Amino acid sequence: MKFPLSWLKDHLETDADVATIAAKLTAIGLEVEAVEEAGARLKDFTVGYVVSAVQHPNADRLRLCMVDAGGKEPVQVVCGAPNARTGIKVVFAQPGTVIPVSGEALKIGTIRGVESRGMMCSGRELLLSDDHDGIIELPEDAPIGAPVAAVLGLTEAVIDIAITPNRGDCTSVWGVARDLAAAGLGTLKTSAVKAVAGTFPSPKTIALNFAPDAKKACPLFAGRFIRGVKNGPSPLWVQERLKAIGLRPISALVDVTNLIGHDRGRPLHVFDADKLVGNLQARLATEGEEILALDGKTYKLDSEMVVIADNAAARGIAGVMGGQDTGCSETTTNVFVESAFFDPARVAATGRKLQLNSDARYRFERGVDPEFVVPGLELATKLIVEWCGGEPSNVVVAGEVPAWKREIIFADNTVARIGGLDVAKDEIVRILTHLGFGVTETDAALTVVPPSWRSDIDGPADLVEEVVRIYGLEHVPSVPMSRPNAIARPVLTSAQKRLRLVRRALASRGFNETISFSFVARTSAALFGGGDDARQLQNPIAADMDALRPTPLPSLLAAAQKNQARGFNDLMLFEIGAGFQSGMPGAQQTIAAGIRVGSGVKSWSKAAHPVDAFDVKADVLAALEAAMGSAMAAPVKTGAPSWYHPGRSGTLALGPKVLAVFGELHPKIVAAFDLTGPVAAFELILDAVPESKAKKTSFSPSPYQAVERDFAFVVDAKVAAEDLVKAAKGAERTLIEAVTIFDVYEGKGVAEGKKSLAISVRLQPKDKTLTDAEIETVGQKIVAAVAKATGGSLRA
Amino acid sequence: MTDITALENETLAAIAGAGDEAALEALRVASLGKKGSISELLKTLGGMSPDERKVNGPAFNGLRDRIQSAITAKKLALEEAALNARLASERVDITLPVRPEPVGSIHPVSQVFDEVVAIFADLGFAVAEGPDVEFDDYNFTKLNIPPDHPARQMHDTFYVAKQADGSQHVLRTHTSPVQARTMLAQKPPIRIISPGRTYRVDSDATHSPMFHQFEGLVIDEVTHLGHLKWVLEEFYKAFFEVSSVELRARPSFFPFTEPSVEWDIRCDRSGSQIKFGSGSDWLEVAGSGMVNPRVLDNCGIDSTKYQGYAFGGGIDRLAMLKYGIPDIRSFFESDLRWLKAYGFAALDLPTLDGGLSR
Repeated sequence: MKFPLSWLKDHLETDADVATIAAKLTAIGLEVEAVEEAGARLKDFTVGYVVSAVQHPNADRLRLCMVDAGGKEPVQVVCGAPNARTGIKVVFAQPGTVIPVSGEALKIGTIRGVESRGMMCSGRELLLSDDHDGIIELPEDAPIGAPVAAVLGLTEAVIDIAITPNRGDCTSVWGVARDLAAAGLGTLKTSAVKAVAGTFPSPKTIALNFAPDAKKACPLFAGRFIRGVKNGPSPLWVQERLKAIGLRPISALVDVTNLIGHDRGRPLHVFDADKLVGNLQARLATEGEEILALDGKTYKLDSEMVVIADNAAARGIAGVMGGQDTGCSETTTNVFVESAFFDPARVAATGRKLQLNSDARYRFERGVDPEFVVPGLELATKLIVEWCGGEPSNVVVAGEVPAWKREIIFADNTVARIGGLDVAKDEIVRILTHLGFGVTETDAALTVVPPSWRSDIDGPADLVEEVVRIYGLEHVPSVPMSRPNAIARPVLTSAQKRLRLVRRALASRGFNETISFSFVARTSAALFGGGDDARQLQNPIAADMDALRPTPLPSLLAAAQKNQARGFNDLMLFEIGAGFQSGMPGAQQTIAAGIRVGSGVKSWSKAAHPVDAFDVKADVLAALEAAMGSAMAAPVKTGAPSWYHPGRSGTLALGPKVLAVFGELHPKIVAAFDLTGPVAAFELILDAVPESKAKKTSFSPSPYQAVERDFAFVVDAKVAAEDLVKAAKGAERTLIEAVTIFDVYEGKGVAEGKKSLAISVRLQPKDKTLTDAEIETVGQKIVAAVAKATGGSLRA
Repeated sequence: MTDITALENETLAAIAGAGDEAALEALRVASLGKKGSISELLKTLGGMSPDERKVNGPAFNGLRDRIQSAITAKKLALEEAALNARLASERVDITLPVRPEPVGSIHPVSQVFDEVVAIFADLGFAVAEGPDVEFDDYNFTKLNIPPDHPARQMHDTFYVAKQADGSQHVLRTHTSPVQARTMLAQKPPIRIISPGRTYRVDSDATHSPMFHQFEGLVIDEVTHLGHLKWVLEEFYKAFFEVSSVELRARPSFFPFTEPSVEWDIRCDRSGSQIKFGSGSDWLEVAGSGMVNPRVLDNCGIDSTKYQGYAFGGGIDRLAMLKYGIPDIRSFFESDLRWLKAYGFAALDLPTLDGGLSR
């Protein structure tokens, strides 16, 4: 909220300068966002003197002016304003000056063949008024070359503060002044509003028309008729104030509501009474009822919204915006002034549903002072009669001021207990009293009644805030917390540790960690089993970020594409993040996903290695080993979800629980992301990784010689290598320490449909050295076991 | 004797002249082999008289030993020469580059997350987590933000489409719902931090629709605003690795805390990199407050007995400040050059004993 210093001083008697006031505002929770001069936007404009103005040689309506702007020589300016003439003082803009109305810098132009090296400005061009009929004429004694802001008296400081949603009372200059006075920065001097006597009964009646359960929507509605007004511009001081806070003066009858809204936080509406049909009432809208609002748009209402209606139609959206059909114009002569109290939550809901913001909504939804409904009306009456003449009727009132008084028991130790701050009891009483709270002292507590304008005060904690912020947060001391254990104990859960280990294991393998948005394009999500309605965002920030991703893979592939476009063809990227199964809370998995892209880095010493399924298989196994502390024993099954190459992918599962999928990506996916392949990927579902079982057990190395024996088997081409290895291992469990495949061969010398698998078996005796005969026996067992499991035989 | 001397000289000269091991072996056979010249000489000893043998025996044996030594020495010399030749031939251009090995990196957000955890773990804060898609109730209502409260407008909320069961949920706008989840699941005393992804419909130079927050929550019977001030001072001191920091408190408003306080840190922005601990500028770093009694009651904790504080800040923002990263949007663009420039080594796990950063 903005206000010029002079406005604040209407309500606050203070000697403090702007800097002191600004610092105090921030210190008490009314954060100052900016302090600027009212004329800041005019800082580059200077006073110019029109030395001569003659007809433009090529255009009837243009004049050729020589303007003395304080430089060495007068400047030539082409001007179309009818009042541009010799001898006047004008607002002059040099080339390069930003013109407020357009926000663009002025350029040297050539107009109808004549160069123009500057501009003389109208009120509208400077956003000072709507006047665009001619250029501004400055007083004759304005010094040439002087800053225009000073000449126009726009040098006053304007303070802009941020109002938190709880401080409805500070959406007015009056409320801000009250807070500052309580904080010791001066004395509140706002005078009480005097009632204006009515001279005749209001020809319009008002009524509250609500079912009992909706009475809260509008508990109080007041108004009065004023006849014989003459609308026109509001007084200059009012126009200047409104302009200083960024509002456009319109007419006295409109400006009066803006002025009181800003000055006192009291929203009002002025109807042109002659446009109203019959009497007024506040009621719920009918479903689908329509109203053309003052912003020129038609809104469709629902039965939860409150309207002010006459006998014919809804005439205003209560607490949000008036209707255009009954608004005031230059010809308005009779008005009806409305001042009411509307339920904050209902106003907020109405505004949200209609997507309609207004100053009235802003104040109502933060809570206005229910006791100021009638005084606000009286103040409006006074100003309207002063500015526009006319004769007010009696005040008509429907309903009553909603109950707002409540007592809070505020134990004496509360400020110390919650705020950690020792404040003397009489100081607490002083602060609360200055803020308008009713305070009664008892032995160990205060009984506190918040003022009518502080609907945000809810309990003792709020009172602590009031005391602490006014007393000064800077006085709160730093108090060390206790240590639960002298020496800190571990805090991470095993799942959190596993995640950290996987992340660092992947980085140590050469992957670069990325973090990308959890939402992707629906079409991308659909390629990975997502993209359904349940995973759509209702209000995406962009059309291509509208779906919760089922896995981080689409994000990684999009990142790979962007990096390839920058000339990085070989990539190793990973992300640990959510994959979503639906739009339900908790329906998400933490997935460590990685991609390897490219045909390999060229090197002088080895052939480039295009990425393949075995690279990512190694990644998955290494990540799992990092997470679990030991090698993963789960079997690998051929095949993975549809986005993988059907013949070059695998799944690691423990029973029905899938731990990981990996493999080369399906060529269609590679093409969909416009990648230069090949691409291999993995997805490790961290939530499915079992607890680490890496407890160290005792270990005694065997002193006996280990031996290795090689075997080559011919098996059906379809036989899985892992089955053969498993069979060989099982042939003599106590002796066989390891089985390694060192050759796979299909082709000449091996029958069609068959392949040769060569294994190396390491035998480690534990109690004696093996004899040749014993080794031979184990060898026979291995051959038999492999034959039984795979149908294979020793290669001849 | 002349014969022997001649034989010795002749043989030694031949050994010295042997060009390779094969020639040397041939010489050995020719002199010391079964029918070699010296072997033949030794055989004549058998036919000699004892006196002759007494003279010739040592002479012949001496000759054999000298030849033997000469052959051995020559053999070693030849081997050495051969090895030297091999080594010379095996020379490589050691200035050639190594075989390509990928160098991985940890994202700054992960690194800073680990740093934050290391600091708070020392004070006994556990790490609590929650889902990205959240119940409206946990994200707002339980935190004292009822529907249509103006504070909801401060949270540009992403809504997920209606679900099959008619329910509708939000992408969490802050990590505070984890507070609610923790309090509902756990009795005091509570000390947690909850880092994670958060979402708001906002995208410009200083906002990203997804960002990272961390939240701290302490609930017990004694903790007050002074403890909050202390913990934040200690945290920022530890995090920015400076000997002192100065915090400035400003009253603020969050529906879930009362009183609510925002914190600015004194800093120096005059140079190219921001410095903490001195200077004349203030930078907003955290929002906080004493947990609103209504929130405690909403989450099943007796607000007449328990109290505590909550605070929150941005992880991305901490990373930007500490490591001089200019643009929050760049965090999520996965530009390899950025990942390498601002990323951390896999083994750079932050610890309190070794320091949070190198």
